[in-house]
Amino acid sequence: MQLIPCPWCGPREEAEFHYGGQAHVAYPDDPSALSDEEWAQYVFFRDNPSGPFAERWSHNAGCRRWFNAVRDTRSHDLLAVYRVGEPMPEVTA
Amino acid sequence: MNYRTPTGGAIDRNTVLRFTFNGQSYTGHPGDTLASALLANGVHEVGSSVKLGRPRGIVAAGSEDPTSLVQIEAPFPEPMLLATTVELYDGLVARGLAGQGRLANEPDPARYDAKHEHCDVLVVGAGPAGLVAALTAARSGARVVLVDEQNQAGGALLGVDEYLDDRPSAEWVADVVAELKSTPGVLVLERTTAFGMYQDGFVLALQKRTDHLGFAAPASVARQRVWRIRTRQTVLATGAHERPVVFADNDRPGIMLASSARTFRHRYGVLPGSRAVVFTTNDSAYCAAIDLAESGVDIPLIVDARASAPSRLATECAARGIEVRAGHVVTGTEGSGRVTDVHVAPLGSGHADTVVCDTLLVSGGWNPVVSLFSQARGKLRYDSELGAFVPGEELETVRVAGSATGELDLTACARQGRNAGAAAAIAAGFTPSGQVPLPTSDSRCTARSGLVLWRVPGAEDSSFVDLQRDATVSDVLRATGAGLRSLEHIKRYTTIGTAHDQGKTSGMIAAGIVAEALGVELADQRPTTFRPPYTSVSFAALAGRDRGELHDPVRVTAIHPWHVEHGALFEDVGQWKRPWYYPQPGEDLHAAVLRECQATRESVGMMDGSTLGKIDLQGSDAGKFLDMLYTNMMSTLKVGKIRYGVMCGVDGMVIDDGTVIRVGEERYLVTTTTGNAAKILDWMEEWLQTEWPHLDVHCTSVTEHWATIPLVGPRSRDVLAAVAPSLDVSNEAFEFMTWHDTEVAGVPARVCRISFSGELAYEINVTAWHGLAVWEALMAAGAVYGITPYGTETMHVLRAEKGYPIIGQETDATVTPQDLGMSWAVSKKKPDFIGKRSFARAENNRTDRKQLVGLLPVDPSVLLPEGSQIVETDRLPEPPVRMLGHVTSSYPSAALGRTFALALVRSGHERIGETLYVPVDDSLVPVTVTDSVLYDKEGARRDG
Amino acid sequence: MTSPAQPPGAHLPEHPDFLWENPEPKASYDVVIVGGGGHGLATAYYLAKVHGITNVAVLEKGWLAGGNMARNTTIIRSNYLWDESSGIYEHSLKLWEGLEDDLGYPILFDQRGVLNLAHSLQDVRDSIRRVNANRLNGIDAEWVDPAGVKEICPIVNVSQDVRYPVLGATYQPRAGIAKHDYVAWGYARAAHAMGVDLIQNCEVTGLETAGGRITAVETSRGRIAAGRVALCAAGHSSVLAAMVGLRLPLASHPLQALVSELLEPVHPTVVMSNAVHVYVSQAHKGELVMGAGIDSYNGYGQRGSFHIIEQQMSAALELFPVFARAHLLRTWAGIVDVSPDASPIVGLTPVGGLYLNCGWGTGGFKATPGVGDCFAHTIAHDKPHQYNEPFTLERFTTGALVDEHGAAAVAH
Repeated sequence: MQLIPCPWCGPREEAEFHYGGQAHVAYPDDPSALSDEEWAQYVFFRDNPSGPFAERWSHNAGCRRWFNAVRDTRSHDLLAVYRVGEPMPEVTA
Repeated sequence: MNYRTPTGGAIDRNTVLRFTFNGQSYTGHPGDTLASALLANGVHEVGSSVKLGRPRGIVAAGSEDPTSLVQIEAPFPEPMLLATTVELYDGLVARGLAGQGRLANEPDPARYDAKHEHCDVLVVGAGPAGLVAALTAARSGARVVLVDEQNQAGGALLGVDEYLDDRPSAEWVADVVAELKSTPGVLVLERTTAFGMYQDGFVLALQKRTDHLGFAAPASVARQRVWRIRTRQTVLATGAHERPVVFADNDRPGIMLASSARTFRHRYGVLPGSRAVVFTTNDSAYCAAIDLAESGVDIPLIVDARASAPSRLATECAARGIEVRAGHVVTGTEGSGRVTDVHVAPLGSGHADTVVCDTLLVSGGWNPVVSLFSQARGKLRYDSELGAFVPGEELETVRVAGSATGELDLTACARQGRNAGAAAAIAAGFTPSGQVPLPTSDSRCTARSGLVLWRVPGAEDSSFVDLQRDATVSDVLRATGAGLRSLEHIKRYTTIGTAHDQGKTSGMIAAGIVAEALGVELADQRPTTFRPPYTSVSFAALAGRDRGELHDPVRVTAIHPWHVEHGALFEDVGQWKRPWYYPQPGEDLHAAVLRECQATRESVGMMDGSTLGKIDLQGSDAGKFLDMLYTNMMSTLKVGKIRYGVMCGVDGMVIDDGTVIRVGEERYLVTTTTGNAAKILDWMEEWLQTEWPHLDVHCTSVTEHWATIPLVGPRSRDVLAAVAPSLDVSNEAFEFMTWHDTEVAGVPARVCRISFSGELAYEINVTAWHGLAVWEALMAAGAVYGITPYGTETMHVLRAEKGYPIIGQETDATVTPQDLGMSWAVSKKKPDFIGKRSFARAENNRTDRKQLVGLLPVDPSVLLPEGSQIVETDRLPEPPVRMLGHVTSSYPSAALGRTFALALVRSGHERIGETLYVPVDDSLVPVTVTDSVLYDKEGARRDG
Repeated sequence: MTSPAQPPGAHLPEHPDFLWENPEPKASYDVVIVGGGGHGLATAYYLAKVHGITNVAVLEKGWLAGGNMARNTTIIRSNYLWDESSGIYEHSLKLWEGLEDDLGYPILFDQRGVLNLAHSLQDVRDSIRRVNANRLNGIDAEWVDPAGVKEICPIVNVSQDVRYPVLGATYQPRAGIAKHDYVAWGYARAAHAMGVDLIQNCEVTGLETAGGRITAVETSRGRIAAGRVALCAAGHSSVLAAMVGLRLPLASHPLQALVSELLEPVHPTVVMSNAVHVYVSQAHKGELVMGAGIDSYNGYGQRGSFHIIEQQMSAALELFPVFARAHLLRTWAGIVDVSPDASPIVGLTPVGGLYLNCGWGTGGFKATPGVGDCFAHTIAHDKPHQYNEPFTLERFTTGALVDEHGAAAVAH
């Protein structure tokens, strides 16, 4: 079980967290202006890299805050965590 | 025969333990393992092999033993333990296995638990390196946990009679352990095997707390405990396992690893036999030979595969009458059960001699135990001198010390322990104080002088690589001959390393034989992956306390005791126990539900609706936010009013429904379905925090704060009036879809006029503390009208008669609001809401989507099974048959005087009036498609 | 002393003396299959056998069938809800039924049946719905009550006073298990015998296109020209597709599994319970084979979190109290590529000559023969077989999903 460093609470066990998939996928400003293809991209298509991945987590059984993390999907190592609204930090995997 | 030495060993000779093995009675002593006790009684043959049925004995003294599998029968059946790891207790009944164990038929009465432990430095292994590491770290002030799989510390020292610092090694061990145990913040765990290493210093260890007590184990103490250790730094002092050499007929009982024989001698006071030949590739077996000779075992011969024997040791052997034959190997054995003869020949070619013996001790060198290091993702490196994989890199938080690194000299191992302990302490933020003195050993044998020899050529069919799997050299050669190159493939082809021991003694040899066969360098090979657990762990230990009632929390409402007292049967809804129906004597489900429905529609009924999810939304943007979540408009709702709403996912499929109450200008109370309460709260917070953090909205779950009681039926107004005298319950003063704060049965209450049945109905909400009292007050006030408590089944029937869907029953993540006939609840005005864009997709605009309709069986007494499929024709064609949809709900209806069903049917809305067919068992039941609202279409009953 | 007349492991078949050669890759092939797992090997086999296309290479970055094929719990069944799914899975099951003869390999296919347990009233409704759909689709299926569950699998705890009692189960008698390595090796051997090159330790590092068409693959063993390229890379599909700028609706997750030591036969069938997250069978040698829950996060690390295993054990003991003193012998993880509707993606791509087979999530093993046959057809004809036609990439745009998540949560 990994430790995930919640930016609000500090490191806590993974079981306290809920995973939210890729970060920085904004809800479209005007969905009605999108083509079906563009809408499908928003709804269903996500990056799925082998390597550093910016993703969302929620400290569900703790402070219940959502935050972002950059994690290496090969090692599962967390490279950075940052609060919602902050830009993705530079990381070296 | 008795093979117990007159003295020696850490056993209590004054106490006799009786045990039964393979139906025979034997005795042993406290301190024995089952294996040592059997050997003391001259029993080598334990079981037989899984494939060939050949006899199998005891090869090693510890958890690396590949062969001594036993079944415990008493005190409680447990399969597949090694005799070498079962501590002996009085009354033990066991039998040897043929590679398969037996599970008990009866439930395991033992308790199991888990404990979390945090530390700065975890040391795995309490041999010399581990002890020095732990002491070094402990003296720095670090919180230290030391775990060891044995019942006492000492590691390899337990198996020798060597002196440390001119005194018995046990005394040195005892001093270190005593200091550790008396140091605050240090935890020493015996009988505790670290079996898994995960990220961020998470190590799992299994402690066997009462196994060794047998029948005397107290029921109140957890038999086994999983330690979930979170450590900053780890020192792995996991030792090394001796490995054998493979030769013809190397699997007979009586053939044992040399160091293990030495361990049986010194730790248990047991001799492996009367006359032992020793076959070695290195020095360490000489010490075993000398020790055993001094204990009275006849050692006729040491067969040393090396070209020349070590001169000092050879001299010592000569002094004891032991012949040493260098440049020779064992080429085979004889014996119908136990070994009786050994064939010895020069390595390469030459004449073979036969030597009579009852024991053959073998040493092919040492394999560092690198399983945990490998699990920690440490890279391994092949050490060609040792003939083994060793840790090939340093990790930030995991250090390796002692023979686990391949170092086999005791003082050097202790020094590594000291260095690793100090480095770990420093890395964890502590400063070591002074240096723990290193013990010096009088050992005559160092093992790091060996010849790497995997196998003696010849008789490949009977040269066993994996004794547990009956896999031979010829199996390995067949695999390479078949075209296999990867060790993983060869492991699978031969099954080497997949048995109980996970290849602890066989894996390296198999890799060596493969490399030889393929003509490749082992340094270029990747060892097969080490996977958790290091040694096997019982399922029950891993389940711990999370069983039975504790498997998942049971949630009950404030009114639950009343339901129990009044004979309700319960339905699991998520974690909740909800009353399903309240059968009266002699009633089945249908009878009870017909009665409950009838009473409710004709007079008054009530149910416990407390499990409905309730979320309090506050903030200036709460209305705006709800407008995005629901398909219909919520911001226009007036304070004091209530609106029903549907929520969709971004894919446009219905995910939940419920009512929204506008409590104040900036406050709403949202209800969700019982099963989705937590999910919808998560859903709201996700949108608020990740997409619209600028919105001023705060969500609080208040599900458990309220007891909620729908009071339903034409007499509900009278009942409410009786318990809420200050409330004007008239239709004019208290309109449908409005709410009022008032007092009910003397306590503050919020009463909502909503209906999930079509009847006049009130939903009474009080704080959970008062729930039971208010429920009882309502029962009392309604007694005159025959008020009837009803459960979820009746609720389902009443709502189905009105065509109201249940999320999760009428919907399955493929159903839109339009499919449910709820276009009226989908706003045309709002520019956007979650799911809206998906409604415009091609698939959503097909006219043949499945839509919610009613079904009336042509025969009004026929009840369609829920889940039935619907077809178009009155005769079934050959499969695959085109299906139009399925029956989502189906009930007998008191109000309709017949059965009815709800169904999702392709183009259902266009099919109203059509006859379709429902295959039930072997017949086709004709049904008429109707509108989904079957009762009180005009809504006349709503106002009472 | 124990010395049974027939040792418990004596009846297991041996592998053949010859499996395959390990050739150097040629400069070009008509078809290059990326991924030497079960699906890749089966595709190669049916390309050669059914379509006569033998100038084929299967490229495997590690060892053949060393990914999910070696890591799955080998459950075979076709009792899926939707017509689209039951079409391809039943096609597959029918091929399983003749596969041992077809491959001439003892794959230990054993039709011991599968029970899918229901623990709530909604589970019951969903189960009966699926049974009825299965029957009308020509798939053997029945609903059994708790007593029937007990009859089929006597060790299941069907008492009604447990936390989540068993309310019944669906039963598919033709379902079963097979031995994964034997299946993969059977396909590999047969494909090799028909001329297919099996290239191991060959990692694809790039996909070359020209004029909107695939032309070659770059590999750790050099460039290999290809007329057509078929991706069968399971968890790594997104990474490969990204090489031609193709984004897929997939998330790769660790999925763990485990085995016990060898035990006398106690479990005669396969039992699955979605509600308490258990699927378990007893393999031919006697070990209990169990799948654990999926780890929630994306991951390529072939390892999961141990608390998932602990949860799995507590769920397993709820259903099978007799497992208490069985021992966990080995745990491992595979990487499963999960699509939004829990159904696969099999078909053409916007790049000419590039074919996609992915998104099987936890269900890929059972589909091996079926998808091998259909995917080979797709590659050979440049158009989908009838059974994989519904499983296009376009369905995520049109909304024509095949949602096999089962019914959503029960709610009132």
